[in-house]
Amino acid sequence: MYRWLLCWRYLRTRWIALASVVSVTLGVATLVIVNSVMDGFSAEMQQKMHGILSDIIIEGHSAGGIPNPEWYESEIRQALGDEVVGVTTVVHVPAMGSFQFRGQTITRQINIIGIDTETYAEVSDFRRFLLHPENQRLLSFQLHETGYGEGRDDFPESGWGHRRRWAVIQKAIEQERQLREAYEAKLRQSNSPGLPSLRSDVAALANAPPSIGAQATAGPSIGAPVGNNQLFDAEKEQHAGIVLGIGICSVRGTKPDGTLTDYFYVRPGDDIQVGLLSASSPPRILSEKFTIVDLYESKMSEYDSTFAFVPIEKLQQMRGMIDPSTGLKSVSSIQIKLRENADLDAARDILQSKFPSDMMIQVSTWKDLQGPLLAAVKMETTILNILLFLIIAVAGFGILATFFMIVVEKTRDIGVLKSLGAPSSGVASIFLGYGLLLGAVGSGVGTIGGLLFVNYINEIADLLEVITGGEVFDPKIYYFERIPTIVDPMSIVMVMLGAILIAVMASVLPALRAARLRPVESLRYE
Amino acid sequence: MKTDSSNLVSKPRVVGKPSGVGKPSGVVSQETVLISAKNLTKTYRTGKVEVPVLKGVDFVAEQNRLTAIIGQSGSGKSTLLHLLGTLDQPDSGEVYFDGRRIDNLARRHRDQFRNQTLGMIFQFYHLLPELSALENVLTPSLIGHGILQYYSVRKKLRSRAAELLDWVGLGHRIHHRPNELSGGEMQRTAIARALMNEPRILLADEPTGNLDPETGHGILELLKKLNQQQQMTIIMVTHDETIARSADCCVRLQSGRVQQVHQYAA
Repeated sequence: MYRWLLCWRYLRTRWIALASVVSVTLGVATLVIVNSVMDGFSAEMQQKMHGILSDIIIEGHSAGGIPNPEWYESEIRQALGDEVVGVTTVVHVPAMGSFQFRGQTITRQINIIGIDTETYAEVSDFRRFLLHPENQRLLSFQLHETGYGEGRDDFPESGWGHRRRWAVIQKAIEQERQLREAYEAKLRQSNSPGLPSLRSDVAALANAPPSIGAQATAGPSIGAPVGNNQLFDAEKEQHAGIVLGIGICSVRGTKPDGTLTDYFYVRPGDDIQVGLLSASSPPRILSEKFTIVDLYESKMSEYDSTFAFVPIEKLQQMRGMIDPSTGLKSVSSIQIKLRENADLDAARDILQSKFPSDMMIQVSTWKDLQGPLLAAVKMETTILNILLFLIIAVAGFGILATFFMIVVEKTRDIGVLKSLGAPSSGVASIFLGYGLLLGAVGSGVGTIGGLLFVNYINEIADLLEVITGGEVFDPKIYYFERIPTIVDPMSIVMVMLGAILIAVMASVLPALRAARLRPVESLRYE
Repeated sequence: MKTDSSNLVSKPRVVGKPSGVGKPSGVVSQETVLISAKNLTKTYRTGKVEVPVLKGVDFVAEQNRLTAIIGQSGSGKSTLLHLLGTLDQPDSGEVYFDGRRIDNLARRHRDQFRNQTLGMIFQFYHLLPELSALENVLTPSLIGHGILQYYSVRKKLRSRAAELLDWVGLGHRIHHRPNELSGGEMQRTAIARALMNEPRILLADEPTGNLDPETGHGILELLKKLNQQQQMTIIMVTHDETIARSADCCVRLQSGRVQQVHQYAA
């Protein structure tokens, strides 16, 4: 009884000891914050990755892909039964995308993904990352008149309006080019002997110099020959649709006033030249024009800067993945969405046994595919936890030193207690209990402080930005606008227990010393 | 000062009239001996130097009497008191309490003996500064009781502690901290604390040594009253001849040996 009374009194009367647990408090608070932010970070990242990737991916490794996916699909549905929510087939191929900007050609390495709009939506959330609201409901691969990037101030005008204006300019440029060619041809003819009569024609052409403005206003009636399709009219027609990752066609920069903005090289309505490999052997390089019908922004820079979606039939047809004799189509991968909370690893193992690797097929879960990244985040969390616990351990030595001082200071009181019949174990437990209380107070305050910090972390980041003038959390670098946090009660309990344990362990030595004090020595006052 | 608490200090027990009173020095009746020591030696080591403090001391204190131990500084009187109170163990020799040897008891039993049977008063009071006067008085019973045990009897114990403080004349200061009390008040609190667990013997180590003569006299009167009214056996260490003369019996130590035992008439 006296032990608890004294512990409590010591706690209330010795502020120096409370100072020694400040480092415990700070350590615990930091751990709580770090764990919450790291958890939030990885959860957000997983959610984003998972939003794009389906649960289970069956990849074919051969260039020709997986033939007859319908057979696989029925096999999968048979093997996994009700677990399957959706199955879709996908063709993906690395490609080069190039587009014109201010007369220069910009080339980007991209991943062309051929998707089946309807079934792909069943397995992946990718539609909610599209910019056009109608495409978010149903991706049509058709260019819309307008309505791109609603709610984005700095999004340039896109859609058919933009395409028409662009087409007019393109036509004018083309006409100019043709006229110039004709003019040069005539010049050559006139310089060549035996054709003097053409001189007057040249003069006539020279009297009517071509003008872009004049030609542009002259109207869109002149069809511009594009590629091998002589009848294509860019004002009214589009090529096959393509959805580009926003990072492919834009760069993020800072405006003079400091706000972030995206500069777009191309936008919905523009065309992009795509070069990719055929599925034939040996592979040939195919090149075709696509019209950008929408942009895609998942905020995962890896995806946003490489992914480009096109209709799967178009890609299969281009690459020669349709068997001309049977009409059977091949795909690069089959993606499966399982019901929520399904055991992905178990499902993967079932499919792996069904489709062994010697079929040049690999079955993996989305986590397997993103394994290194997820593992890196996990490792960072672990190492940070170890480091921060070392900080708390350092704080433990502070407690140790303070407690030794308190034991020395309390030598007489310890002698008194012993002379009154208190056993050594009782004296020791005063100091152990004191350590326990201090640890509990320190980690309790630390936890509360940490949770408050986590709760207001974005406000704190804003405040720090105002004070320091520098950017604390730069959305350019990270995947998110705000700092994501998740508070895991279990990990907080573990942190608290760990900190209290360290405080108690630090008080063991002083407590033993107090217990060993001989009452006579501690009472001697000469 | 209230005197209505005749059974306040010690449990009612058969107390005979001390029969050793008035007998010639050195002759003590065995039945009335409460605590005794035989041939005690104690040597302290400071580094390599050995300091013999007690060099074979025989000591006897009779029940219900006030025994004074007198001597100069370094004569070993405090050490003798500590050995009697089992706060320390002798190098050789034996200590008996009520016929039972106590110096070689297990640590647990010695702790229990000090808590239940012994009351101790120190020159520097040795109150715990974090606790109020009442809590200081309660400390021995807090030590003696477990947490649940204490809660079952805490009202009784608190009222007893308050009564004791009242009896020593501090009924109005029970919630004051030691640093708010005067020296005399602290020593009175210490006496109340020593009496808390109804001890059979009180060991006082220079109880007036740190007080001015007047206050010291008050403390002495209190101890005497305790001895006379409650038949409390008291052993008191002092270096003051006048105080020693007011005791029933006086043991004079010099250089670690008993020089003289003097019995005064009651």
